Amino acid sequence: MEHIAAVLVDGIIYSAWLFIAAVGMTLIYGVMKIVNITHGSFYALGAYAAASLTGAWLAHGYPPMLSYAVLLAAAVVVTLVFAPLIERGLLRFMYAKDEVVILLITYALFLILEDTIKLVWGVDPYFIAEPYGLLGSFDIGSLSYPTYNLILVGLALASGIGLAWLLNRTRTGKLLRAVIHDPQVSSAMGVNVDRFYLVTFTCGSMLAAVGGAFTAPTVSVVPGLGVEVVVLSFAVVVIGGLGSLPGAALGAVIVGLVRSISIHYMPQVELFVIYFVMALVLAFRPRGLFSLAEARKI
Amino acid sequence: MRDRTHIALAALLLAVAAGGPFLPKWALFLLTIAVAKGLVALGLMLLLRAGLVSFGQALYYCLGAYSAGSIGRFFGIGDIFVQMALGAAVAALFAWLLGFLLARYRGIFFGLLSLALSMILYGLLVKNEAFGSTDGINVLPSTLFGIRPGEGALRYVVALAATSVAVIAALLVHRYMHTPQGALAPAIKDNEVRVEYMGASAQRAIHVIYVIAAALAGTGGALAATAVGHIDPDMAYWTQSGEFIFITILAGTGSALAPFLGAVIFGIIHTVAYDLSPNTWQMTLGISLLVVIVFLPDGLWSLFARSAKARGAA
Repeated sequence: MEHIAAVLVDGIIYSAWLFIAAVGMTLIYGVMKIVNITHGSFYALGAYAAASLTGAWLAHGYPPMLSYAVLLAAAVVVTLVFAPLIERGLLRFMYAKDEVVILLITYALFLILEDTIKLVWGVDPYFIAEPYGLLGSFDIGSLSYPTYNLILVGLALASGIGLAWLLNRTRTGKLLRAVIHDPQVSSAMGVNVDRFYLVTFTCGSMLAAVGGAFTAPTVSVVPGLGVEVVVLSFAVVVIGGLGSLPGAALGAVIVGLVRSISIHYMPQVELFVIYFVMALVLAFRPRGLFSLAEARKI
Repeated sequence: MRDRTHIALAALLLAVAAGGPFLPKWALFLLTIAVAKGLVALGLMLLLRAGLVSFGQALYYCLGAYSAGSIGRFFGIGDIFVQMALGAAVAALFAWLLGFLLARYRGIFFGLLSLALSMILYGLLVKNEAFGSTDGINVLPSTLFGIRPGEGALRYVVALAATSVAVIAALLVHRYMHTPQGALAPAIKDNEVRVEYMGASAQRAIHVIYVIAAALAGTGGALAATAVGHIDPDMAYWTQSGEFIFITILAGTGSALAPFLGAVIFGIIHTVAYDLSPNTWQMTLGISLLVVIVFLPDGLWSLFARSAKARGAA
């Protein structure tokens, strides 16, 4: 019984992390139809910004309890520097191109950002473990978990509910859904589609950066950090259905639980199962588990 | 415009055969790796002509490499031609099976499914102790028809064998591109519905292309395995697929020679940029990729094609 609880708790924590890391990708695809490899770069940027800013914060002896706010601020700041630059400076000229070509453009940007990170932060690892241990731990049965993980779960819930509320319950959300449905007509009706794209790209990237920022205390921040997040986010987003918010949540829970089950019972298939599920979903429901029926082209 | 592909390929082979002994070992090694990657890109080029971008071609590259590694490890066979043939065959077999599924996909979904499949192989290999998990395994030194070349000649022999195979592959692909079946690919890209109305099966054509591309990638993988002497699961990782796409897009789809040009340029950027500044070579790659996508959508090869056309007109 306790073992099952451990599997569940691990699964939930990992799902929460996956959701934060991946939900921005589905947001950007849903609105802009961009499969965004840069997502991994923003995750890494968030982690690096958080590591250096929080490191400085703590080194100055400011209150450590506020370091969580600093993590968040770091992610916001670094995204506001890079995301508008990329969207306004490059991506907006490419929207007429094929989805696959835009995917390649984001791949080129990913390569550029990987090295930008190395130029700014160097190649030595950063450690900021303090926020991770600060909150102590909580017990489930005889197992003890760092309380920090609850922040991840809270963040995932907050960003998921926040996005759902924004999309379904506000005027902005209504306009955004109109833009998703038909950018041309929305534009003709006086909606500033360009601004929606800019804001969406920035918000989506910011979510990735927040994911990176809050992961930074739990790992050593090294070059190549974002590389794995790219494929994991693909898996999560594809399983739920590209562009679907509830889909991303479902995808995160499925991948999280599947991974946690395999780690506990069959560790040798840990990575295999994630991508196996992704391939299965693509094979039987290419538009994801949460997709509506779509007219076939042929 | 006269077709000079045959002449160019023959000249290339002669140049490597004659010039090889005078090249330093590292240059021969770089050439061999460029040829291996060029083979993979050659297959990707065929797919790209049909408008398909596979973000998982590393699957077949890695399968080829591990096939070559396995016959060395389990049967003690190190013959470079056997390795390449086996790599091609294993990759083609898997592609034939997976092709029934993948040939139905287009655009982003083709890319994502191929990515998922390559990551499955990666996931299997990193935890497989028989193949050394993440460390990978060593590959036997290459032999040629049962003869083991001397230490000094090894690199030359491998480079020559690689170039010969690549020249033959490029010739066959060149021929294929000019058959009715091969000519379908650009038509599928332009308008799949019309292809179907003309009585051709787009799905079948893509399936065939997919198997050819995989066989080429398997050959390239086996070649890389024997040239490097070591294989590891990273050969199936998505960044490896990204590298192949980079080469293919950079080169363009103009000719069967283009992917090899792309691979050589990639090798040069990799070596020179890495040498000059190890922390910005990926940036160099990214910027060149952007420049090509934005200003030369048909790849570097279109520069040659354009100048040749201009000469023809003059």
